[in-house]
Amino acid sequence: MGMTMTQKILAAHAGLESVTAGQLIEADLDLVLGNDITSPVAIHEIEKMKKEGVFHKDKIALVMDHFVPNKDIKSAEHCKCVREFAAKNEITNFFDVGEMGIEHALLPEKGLTVAGDVVIGADSHTCTYGALGAFSTGVGSTDMAAGMATGKAWFKVPSAIKFNITGKPAEHISGKDVILHIIGMIGVDGALYQSMEFTGDGIKYLSMDDRFTIANMAIEAGGKNGIFPVDEQTEEYMKAHSKRPYKKYEADPDAKYTAEYTIDLSKLRPVVAFPHLPSNTKTIDEAKGVKIDQVVIGSCTNGRISDIRIAAEILKGKKVKKGIRVIIIPATQEVYLEAMEKGYLRTFIEAGAVVSTPTCGPCLGGYMGILAEGERCISTTNRNFVGRMGHTESEVYLCSPAVAAASAITGEITDPASV
Amino acid sequence: MESANGKVFLYGDNVDTDVIIPARYLNSSDPKELAVHCMEDIDKDFVKNMKEGDIIVAHKNFGCGSSREHAPLAIKACGVSCVIAETFARIFYRNAINIGLPIIECEEASKEIKAGDEVSVDFDSGVITDKTTGKTYKGQAFPPFMQKLIDAGGLVNYINESM
Repeated sequence: MGMTMTQKILAAHAGLESVTAGQLIEADLDLVLGNDITSPVAIHEIEKMKKEGVFHKDKIALVMDHFVPNKDIKSAEHCKCVREFAAKNEITNFFDVGEMGIEHALLPEKGLTVAGDVVIGADSHTCTYGALGAFSTGVGSTDMAAGMATGKAWFKVPSAIKFNITGKPAEHISGKDVILHIIGMIGVDGALYQSMEFTGDGIKYLSMDDRFTIANMAIEAGGKNGIFPVDEQTEEYMKAHSKRPYKKYEADPDAKYTAEYTIDLSKLRPVVAFPHLPSNTKTIDEAKGVKIDQVVIGSCTNGRISDIRIAAEILKGKKVKKGIRVIIIPATQEVYLEAMEKGYLRTFIEAGAVVSTPTCGPCLGGYMGILAEGERCISTTNRNFVGRMGHTESEVYLCSPAVAAASAITGEITDPASV
Repeated sequence: MESANGKVFLYGDNVDTDVIIPARYLNSSDPKELAVHCMEDIDKDFVKNMKEGDIIVAHKNFGCGSSREHAPLAIKACGVSCVIAETFARIFYRNAINIGLPIIECEEASKEIKAGDEVSVDFDSGVITDKTTGKTYKGQAFPPFMQKLIDAGGLVNYINESM
């Protein structure tokens, strides 16, 4: 029986000819990831293990990105714990303040993950690297600990849903609109335990940054992973960022899918997810006019250079509406530097926005942009659950960088075509 | 093997890990500190009202969102003896098994059991008994490999035992 792209990668890493959905396997890991929130719990677990040390000092990435530069004493203690663990185990890929970026923007940029890899990370948005044609999935801290110690993880082989992407997107339509549209269509558990495999002629119109955004939010549909085929754009990206060899996998023509959907990019309108679920989507035509207090542009979903560029192009020569707080967070030091060199930072500052060092901060209500009772934020982040960015009576609306930037100018949810 | 026995706290679909343990408390990884804030953003009196051994029943996709293991750790540390749901989000499901928080999937029980009912769960047979209504339900059995993880007391013990 034919295998999906995900199943082929898993079979190869389990040393098996083939696998089928539902089968339990143990797979070799190419990379194990943790951050400053999840790694301390993993380090505590690894200390209970009989096995000494880590499986491979180059195949572990520890990224201090959630509460750094440290917001308080407790988060400083967490980072200290990870810093000491990294030093003791000579972890090559430990990224602290000055080198760090938001993990899921940083790892592909540093070339640490490539097509054909199996990656686990103690962060739910680890599914991002599916954009490169890798199998990558979020796990908890104990799985991370076991992965760091043994270089292996157990998986239930997932079944898959196929998304045929067709057509060419109109101006102001980005990867964020595609994935919000899909989550709105299938729901927050629409792909529970399953792979989301993207395919079709329309993919060539999606930049790598668009694909990272789409794969990143597979978890918001409950997916185990999201995965894209490897094309010329992917290979160009990997050659520019990584020295590691990569392997292209393709789904068999007779691979089985539990469902198939077609998304015509030419028909998409900008999408906004209303509180309190990413699936609570409306088109910009239905959403426009909602008054806001704050705008956040950044995160592992939308903090890459093309996201920053889109926001800068819309804000160029314009002013943020009086009374609206606009927080822009380039996802990595490299994105920050490029934004500086291209003049985007000047554009933002002149418009009346603030620009922050890379951090996950406001996305999860950690720090830097917490909302008070009754406040509303439109944000390019990935979750709008109750209390996600602050008070339980605050609201988060999810959208693309274009919609967020346009809304910053007017103070209400706005179609980027109208500013 | 042990069983659970307690009063039911009932929640709906898509209970996310942000409401189970809000990120403002993730500057701690101490289960006891986390337990104080368990379920705070969905039910602010949960910790005050619940007693050791009580049971959480929820509908679809319990534990969705962030991979934070702090969520099942907080639930376990505040004394919840079992979580019953129609379905669990996959990372929460793994985490619960890995840390030894008993969970069980059962669509019928999740739909019929009411808040405040006295419920018991036999982990060996997967039988859930609503002692208030007298009705019994059969929860979904774990695959044998996962049962081994559970019997070992979680992933770390399992790996230690198999080395």
